[in-house]
Formats: sequence, C-alpha cells, structure tokens
Amino acid sequence: MKILTANRLSDGIAVWYADGGWAETVGQADLAHDKAAEDRLEAIGAKASANNEVVDVNLIDAEVVDGVVEPVRLREKIRAAGPTIRSDLGKQAERAA
Amino acid sequence: MYRYDEFDHDFVQARVAEFSDQVQRRLSGEISEDQFRPLRLMNGVYLQLHAYMLRIAVPYGTLNSRQLRMLGHIARKYDKGYGHFTTRQNIQFNWPALSDIPAILADLASVEMHAIQTSGNCIRNVTADHFAGAAADEAADPRPYAEILRQWSSVHPEFSFLPRKFKIAVTGAERDRAAIQTHDIGLHLKKNAAGELGFAVYIGGGQGRTPMVARKIRDFLPEADLLSYCTAILRVYNLYGRRDNKYKARIKILVHETGVDEITRQVEAEWQELKDAELKLPDADIRAIEAYFAPPALAERPEGDEAVKLARLDSKGFSQWLDQNVVTHRHPDYAAVTISLKGIGDVPGDASDSQMEAVADIAEKYAFDELRVSHEQNLILPHVARADLKAVYDALVEIGLATANSNLISDIISCPGLDYCALATARSIPIAQEISQRFASLERQREIGELKLKISGCINACGHHHVGHIGILGVEKKGSELYQVTLGGSADENTSVGEIIGRGFSSEEITDAIETIVDTYLGLRLGPQEIFIDAYRRVGPAPFKEALYAGEAKAA
Repeated sequence: MKILTANRLSDGIAVWYADGGWAETVGQADLAHDKAAEDRLEAIGAKASANNEVVDVNLIDAEVVDGVVEPVRLREKIRAAGPTIRSDLGKQAERAA
Repeated sequence: MYRYDEFDHDFVQARVAEFSDQVQRRLSGEISEDQFRPLRLMNGVYLQLHAYMLRIAVPYGTLNSRQLRMLGHIARKYDKGYGHFTTRQNIQFNWPALSDIPAILADLASVEMHAIQTSGNCIRNVTADHFAGAAADEAADPRPYAEILRQWSSVHPEFSFLPRKFKIAVTGAERDRAAIQTHDIGLHLKKNAAGELGFAVYIGGGQGRTPMVARKIRDFLPEADLLSYCTAILRVYNLYGRRDNKYKARIKILVHETGVDEITRQVEAEWQELKDAELKLPDADIRAIEAYFAPPALAERPEGDEAVKLARLDSKGFSQWLDQNVVTHRHPDYAAVTISLKGIGDVPGDASDSQMEAVADIAEKYAFDELRVSHEQNLILPHVARADLKAVYDALVEIGLATANSNLISDIISCPGLDYCALATARSIPIAQEISQRFASLERQREIGELKLKISGCINACGHHHVGHIGILGVEKKGSELYQVTLGGSADENTSVGEIIGRGFSSEEITDAIETIVDTYLGLRLGPQEIFIDAYRRVGPAPFKEALYAGEAKAA
C-alpha cells in the first residue's frame, strides 16, 4: 500500500494527503491499494506541487495498524512522529498535547 | 574581532532584501521550486525531514556575546527553543518556517551575521583553530587570513558554480586543531627561518564516501601570495574537476586521479600568471585586517594561581573541569575554556535559547566578549583570567554546561542523523547518547584518556567518522539501522583515515561493541600515557577484531 506525502511550502511541515486535503498527521492518509490508485495520488501530488501548496512530494509505503495508517520505513516513521530523541517536538508532541 | 565595514553592511543588507523578495515570490507561486531551490541553498535554507533547516555562518567560528544572544533570540522566537552547533563551526536551526526566514535574516544582519554560502557548490565558511589568538603554541592568529579568504570568496563570480562544494581551513599552530588535512584546501600558517609568515598548503583532503588525506603541495607560501595561490588552485579545480558525477566532483578526486605531482605543476603554472598581479596582498592590507583581530588587552592577573589552588581544594568538580576543559593560554595569567555541549546523555552540539543567552552573559562578564564555536561542536571562551575560572565554572554549573569531558569518550561529534536529516540512512544522536550514558562515570572516562569518537548517520560523513579514533557509520541494511565501526582515524597533524574493523552492529549491539573496543585498548596499552590512537597505531586492528568477532568464528 502507498500513501502520498510532502512538505508544506510555507513552513516545511510534513503533511500527508487525506480526504481531499493535506493533513498534518499520517493516521488517516488516503491509501492506494493498486497501481491505478497510486497514479491518482501521484497526479494529485504533481498538481499540488505545481500549485505551490507543497514541495518534495513522494509516494511511500504504508500499512494499517489497529485501524491507523503508518509508514513502513523508519525514515518515514520519524517524519510522521518527530525526532526520536525529542519526544517533546514534532507531531508526537502535538498528539500528546 | 572583525567588524563589518560599510561595504560588508551594504552587501549583507542587499542580500537580505534580495532573498526576502525571492521568498515572497516563491510563497506567492511566482517562481517554482526548481527555480527557487538553488536560490534558497545559496542562503543556507535546506528542506529536511520535519521542516526547513537554516544554516547560519559563524566565520572561522568567532562570535561575540551580542551575536550569541541573537542566536538565542532566533531559537526562541522563530524556532523551537534550541540550535545545533555543527562541525563546520556554524549553527543550524531545525524548524524555521520559510515565511519567517526573511525576518530571521534581517535579525542576523543587525548583528553582522548571515547565512550566505553555507550551502551550494561554492567556497563555504572558512574554518579555523578554535583557540586562535589564545593558543600558546601558535605562530600567529590564523583568523585574519580566514577573514581575507572570506572577503575574497564571498559571491566570487568565478567560484560560485564550482563542480562541488569547497572547504578551506586554517590553523596557526603546529598542533592542528582545525583538521586542515581533511579539507579541500588546508592552510598551516607558520614562520620561516627568516621569521616571515607564510603557509604550508595542503589540497585534496575530504571525507564523504571517498575519504582522503590532503597532500602538501607547498611547504612555504608567503602570506602576500595567499589569494593568488588559492585562486590558482581553484582555477585548476574549476577547469578540470569532474562535473559528470557528483560523487567524483570534489577536488580530492581530481588530485587523486591527476596525481599530486602533476596537479602541483598545474597549480604552480597557473600561479605564475597570477602571482605578481592584483591579487598580491599589500602588507598594509594584511596588517589592517590583523588589527581587527588584535587580542584584548590582557591585564596582569597574578592572583589567579592562588585562587585556582584554593578553589581546587574546595571543589572536586571544579578541579576535574580545570584538568579537562581548561587549556594553557599564551598569557600565563589566562586560560582558554571549553564549554562542553556534550552533557552526559545530551544531544551533541545542541544548546537551548537560555543557555546561549547565559553563555553570552558569561563571555561578556569574564571573557572579553569573545566566543568560539569549535568544529568538535563545543563552545570556547578563548580568554579567561585564571582568577575568574571558578566564577565561570559556577555559572556554567547553573546552566548545565560544566561537564568536564573535553577530549574524552563522551565528547562525541555526531551529525543530526535520521532524527532530522533528509540524507541520513540511520540515526546517530541516540547512539551518541547511549555511549555517553554507558561511559557516564567521569573517573572511568579519565582512566580511558583522550579518545575521539565520531558518528555519522550516512556516508556523507558530516559526523567525521572517518577521522575518529573510533568512528561509527550508520547505514540502512534490509530496513534496519546498522552501525559500521572504523578504528585508527585521526584529524590532527597526523591525519589518518580509520579502517573498517569488520561486520557492522545493530543499534542494540553497538554500545557493547564500543565498550569491548575500549576494554581491549585498556588491556593492551603500555600505560595511561599511551592514548587510544597511539596504541591502535602500535598494535593494529588484530586484537580488536579478535575481541569483537572471535566468538563468532568459533561458533561458526
């Protein structure tokens, strides 16, 4: 499965495409289960990039754990949570708060 | 320290205005990311995992209190309350919004700072010995020459689009604390038999995926010829350096592929065309720049000896800090102090906004308003009266920056790694923290003695692992982090590249492996005076391999 991720142009914050917009957390990201869905996400990413909403758009591997979308690779897990050495920073801190 | 003249002011202000306009045009969609990326990189703005990152230049690592206070202010106002001091003597902020960067640059310009040429394929921030101007062992302060190089290289039209980035380091002492042999150009300022100043010139050092020790191409270059000779080197590189493959584009590859004799011939031939022309530095100009770096007037403070003696008796902590973090100054009543940014379990090189402000206060009160950033990711107070050392120590204790571990195993260089960096393949900070905690006992660290441990989270080697006595390189293997160990590297006047000792270790195994290496060293050294690197050079890798892997061979 794949999801679409990028960084928001104005502040660089990591975002994921979910439900017609760019969410600041990964949990509800739109999942692509097949090539056609991946192509659809990629087209959305290319358009958002061209519209200057986001930069560095990528399709990444994801899985669903307990009903929540999670990235597969460590790099993407860290993007989705924040630095592992500072649990007071990044998405993980916002979740805790 | 150097103060901007009118030209510098106008130049930096013009760049702030120009880049602010570029940011506005990017945010409004007038220019695309492809158009904007090279512009933002020329101004130190990267995009990392979580956000943008802004790298700010600290020329030759020299700061005053006002500047450090401004960095604290930026950390608090625009970032998340901290900054990261880097191995290039710079500082990075990890969370700035692009829309705030024009305001940050305007704030920086108000204290004569900027982010120009902290990225891109140009001549980067020139680095220097962090004890410059204070060290007892230097021929002369290298910073005036670093400043001359800064002025010459700033938006140099011929050298703004080199095949790859280009780094220059200068030391003024025999004992190299600026790692000059790991730089594209390394300059060793010294005096010849006639007492004249000049440079031994090294080229082609570097780390990354192809580590190489620089080669000396000239034993003595008169100071007046600094710019013409560097221009000759850069011209040869700019002409022949590879542009077809970014991994082979640094000057080290050109030196290696061309051969040092041939490239020396090319540089010298180019230099013959340049040496007597307008790049020759007039003596008056060198002396004028030198005057900016005139040391503070150091009054006699002979009461220091007695004060230090008494304070030692009074405080074991002070005594240990004095032994480890305080070095001899050229003036006997003074000392140079290393403020460790490597507290046990802390993130190497990170300092909070309030720590930056408090250190600025200390520097203002006790250190003639002078500070340095070391390439080992610590802060330095270069001139402190010995009589004031206890007061400085007490003030550092209050802000948690009095860890007495300079040059010990927990004084670890670490890149940001996969916790922040978009290029990283593994985390480096948590490994540094775990090793630091494992060796937390200062007594044990002192028993081990000088040991430079350096960690990089990818092959680009920002954490200088190749030249660590013990180096750790984090890679990704089958989806997991794997840590490769190199031994025998060194970044001083006897620079060497470490050798890979064997198979890598998982994140769970790596700290044990480091402990095994350290214990092996303790078991074979000739005595406490034989530090790790000397013992390794004497015995080679075999005993360490045996200790790390022998069990495996038997099991197999």
